[in-house]
Amino acid sequence: MAIWLTEKSRIIVQGITGSEGTKHTLRMLASGAQVVGGVNPRKAGTVHEGLPVFATVAEAMEKTKADVSVIFVPPAFTASAVKEAIDAEIPLAVVITEGVPIHDTTEFWAYATAKGNKTRIIGPNCPGIASPGASNAGIIPADITTPGRIGLVSKSGTLTYQLMYELRDFGFSTAVGIGGDPVIGTTHIDALQAFQDDPGTDAIVMIGEIGGDAEERAAAYIEKNVTKPVVAYVAGFTAPEGKTMGHAGAIVSGSAGTAQAKKEALEKVGVRVGKTPSETARLMREIMQNR
Amino acid sequence: MDLFEHQAKELFAAYGIPVPRGIVAHTVAEARAAADQLTGRVVVKAQVKTGGRGKAGGVKVADDATDAEAKAKAILGMDIKGHTVHKVLVEEASNIAEEYYFSFLLDRANRTFLAICSAAGGMDIEEVAHTAPEKVAKVPVNPIDGIDRARAREIAQAGGLPEKSLDGAAELIERLWAVFVDEDASLVEVNPLILTADGQVKALDGKVTLDANADFRQKDHEVFVDKAAEDPLEAAAKEKHLNYVKLDGNVGIIGNGAGLVMSTLDVVAYAGEQFPGSPKPANFLDIGGGASAEVMANGLEIILSDPAVKSVFVNVFGGITACDAVADGIVSAFKLLGDRGEAVTRPLVVRLDGNNAALGREILQNAALPGVELVDTMDDAAKRAAELAAVGA
Repeated sequence: MAIWLTEKSRIIVQGITGSEGTKHTLRMLASGAQVVGGVNPRKAGTVHEGLPVFATVAEAMEKTKADVSVIFVPPAFTASAVKEAIDAEIPLAVVITEGVPIHDTTEFWAYATAKGNKTRIIGPNCPGIASPGASNAGIIPADITTPGRIGLVSKSGTLTYQLMYELRDFGFSTAVGIGGDPVIGTTHIDALQAFQDDPGTDAIVMIGEIGGDAEERAAAYIEKNVTKPVVAYVAGFTAPEGKTMGHAGAIVSGSAGTAQAKKEALEKVGVRVGKTPSETARLMREIMQNR
Repeated sequence: MDLFEHQAKELFAAYGIPVPRGIVAHTVAEARAAADQLTGRVVVKAQVKTGGRGKAGGVKVADDATDAEAKAKAILGMDIKGHTVHKVLVEEASNIAEEYYFSFLLDRANRTFLAICSAAGGMDIEEVAHTAPEKVAKVPVNPIDGIDRARAREIAQAGGLPEKSLDGAAELIERLWAVFVDEDASLVEVNPLILTADGQVKALDGKVTLDANADFRQKDHEVFVDKAAEDPLEAAAKEKHLNYVKLDGNVGIIGNGAGLVMSTLDVVAYAGEQFPGSPKPANFLDIGGGASAEVMANGLEIILSDPAVKSVFVNVFGGITACDAVADGIVSAFKLLGDRGEAVTRPLVVRLDGNNAALGREILQNAALPGVELVDTMDDAAKRAAELAAVGA
């Protein structure tokens, strides 16, 4: 079992003909994911890497029965690509693109809300979602882990990979990279809720980063709603105030949003927080061994 | 990117927002000349990208040009919360009847924008927000609907602004929204927003934060970059498209992925606590997904040109990029730097994990590069890098 992405998921790629789109389409196919087509209005009707290219998401869905779109278009065109996916009411849109202006993300989120949030949006600026052994939508390397019963939700891509790799002997139901931007579609809380409800997930790893208060809100949610064990890691304890470190979300200002504040909020509700990624993996290992 | 007050006001003026006349001065003589030109009473204001400048003595009223010169002398060179004052804004003094507060900003938690408005503006707004939150209106703004004059007026009213100020404030707020949207800002703040004795609503101060992700469609924002304040290493790194932030420790850090590198900083700092002098990270450097030889060489070059660096920790998780490619990158980087006459002499601790890690380690072992050590885990590698920095210090 898995959340949001299963072996039945049929994936299309918006921006399939670009270099990143092409590279990762091939990787997704190699990992066994069902990629069934792509979208590029200027190359509609052609075949790219053996896959049909359509003019619109709606047409691609109609012809291929796709239910997931992975978006690789450049930042300038991301908002319109996401809005197209929302209009087509595709159930899941995974926005990989990095560097989307905040006004664009906020706009497409408002658009999604106005349309009744029929499309689950993951990202932007995220590695996507992988259900090992079942499917893979995005750029998470498929071969670093195995299928299993741990769920993972993370703001950071490489830390996701690190934990998936360290816990590869136990394996994962689903790993969701939600992205580190200030405004994102799917949140820690959405993933925690889905993992709590997923019979195929026994325990949850949550990875946070300095900036914002998403982890604090997740802690409050866990206290009330999550009975499965949660282990967390927060990056950025030593990041200096006011300096941006790659992720737009990782900006500390004032006391709120610090790694320490997040750690304390999580520990207060019984979540064990690892001091390093490896210690976090060890904490999860103990939980999985003592089940 | 945060703007200086004078830059924010230039932007405001371009959108028709009333601001006092002002001139930027970098020297005492320039401040005098500015005051001469403005005539009458002026305000000399430190230009620093931090708050609390008024309380720190960075804003002073001057009666005439001679006085302005004296005030500029006191302010230029001042240190305000770690920011040195390199320039002042000399501005005509305003006849203030009332002070309000207004801002548009991103509301991360609700994934929308927020307008904040209060009739209790001025230096103590944060205190007001804390002790009397009912005096501070927080109004969500849907980015699709935006702000028109009527909506702007409603917000001003919600903030408790008096009837006499509503028309002026509504016009100003509507224009401020245009600045916020058209300039891709994540914050525009006016504190205080004033009502002058003659009934005009004006922006007496201005704070603007621009979204760097929008640089591709905001080419003219380049003029706002404060080249003088840029760290020389950060500037050099930027030219090479490296995501580098200078810190004040002595362990150079290279890694892939912002989260992993941030985590590396933490792990090195923890490990450093057990060694003499507590070695700390010297920088943040994320080489991203494709760690080519050139990127690795450029990264190493930047890090090694920091004289404080005593050891370097290369921490890579092979996800998309396989570790053998990273190892090749390190070998080529050593050769490239050697050819440039900058042979690597400081110790390098390398931790490779993930895709093709064994192959990557084999490549580095066979290359037998001077001073390069392979350590299996991130925690142990951080410890070793800190230890080497402590020895080298």
